[in-house]
Amino acid sequence: MAVLDQTDVFVTIAGMALATYLPRAAPLVFLSGRTLPPLAIRFLGFVPACVLAALLFPSVLVPAGTLDLSAGNFFLLGSVPAVLVAWRTGSFFGAVAVGMAAVAALRFFSG
Amino acid sequence: MSLAGRFGPPGFLARASVRVAPVVLGYVPVGFAYGVLAKNAGLSTGNVLGMSVLVFAGSAQFIAVGMLAAGASLAGIVLTTFVVNLRHLLFSAALSPAFGAWRRRDLALVAFELTDETFALHAANQAKGPPDRAETLAVGIMAQVAWVAGTAIGAWAGASVGSVRPIALDFALPAMFIALLAGQIKSRTHLFVALFSGILSTALALGGVDRFGVLAATLAGAVLGTLWQSWIRPTSS
Repeated sequence: MAVLDQTDVFVTIAGMALATYLPRAAPLVFLSGRTLPPLAIRFLGFVPACVLAALLFPSVLVPAGTLDLSAGNFFLLGSVPAVLVAWRTGSFFGAVAVGMAAVAALRFFSG
Repeated sequence: MSLAGRFGPPGFLARASVRVAPVVLGYVPVGFAYGVLAKNAGLSTGNVLGMSVLVFAGSAQFIAVGMLAAGASLAGIVLTTFVVNLRHLLFSAALSPAFGAWRRRDLALVAFELTDETFALHAANQAKGPPDRAETLAVGIMAQVAWVAGTAIGAWAGASVGSVRPIALDFALPAMFIALLAGQIKSRTHLFVALFSGILSTALALGGVDRFGVLAATLAGAVLGTLWQSWIRPTSS
């Protein structure tokens, strides 16, 4: 591995910070206080559910580059108790804790 | 008056802590994993931490470390970061109606702390009326403190940690998405469009669309939900 020039790395990080902050800030700073059209409000209301599902599904269904719907996919198995806890109790914390514990247990007992 | 009392209404720190707890539980291990990875890729401890402080965007940080280690150009990494984080534009727009009366200074800080997870927390709170300023800012700051703390432990542990698999740290992020997603399924339409976005995003990932995939699937799902609610089933919630 080539040795990284840490100054170059820092300049890259500064560029990343700008590229991340502009889309984060622009709508909040410039749209706040204005009334958005009802259709836009409706559209934006679906964004949280859609983005979380779009992030979640590939990470669980494609854990290692290929689609894995088998019982050997511990992320898929571990999702079941996490979904149940989140859905039945509404506890975010409980869902995260139970999910991680389930995956750790599956790995431990599968050797 | 307590120190906290000068910045917000009584109990705002406690309320913020309760709300942010599941995200902290996820951010410490994922930050840790990032710290280990970045340190082992050859970043200095200052730069490992600097990225978590200045950028604060989980997936983009992992991708950037991989690209740095592979010798990618500055422009390539910055452009990839922009594309990967473009979904924040939607988050920011979605929150803007609720934050109408806020000062720009506070909005600038909320925006800095805006991630997939803090956005989900803010969005989940929107139904309860106008957001409390001190509580909202505290949620964002606590989340980033957890992220930076996890990063610091990871950077420090660095090479002595071979793998983060045995204690399921790599499942922290999916578990967090599950927890936050459950709070967003407010109607059958939401459930339907979430399934649609999830499956589309998976298909795009399998098809090799790894940068635009999440953004494209989110846009498509939200458009579908809007069309459905506006013209096909205007009465359903």
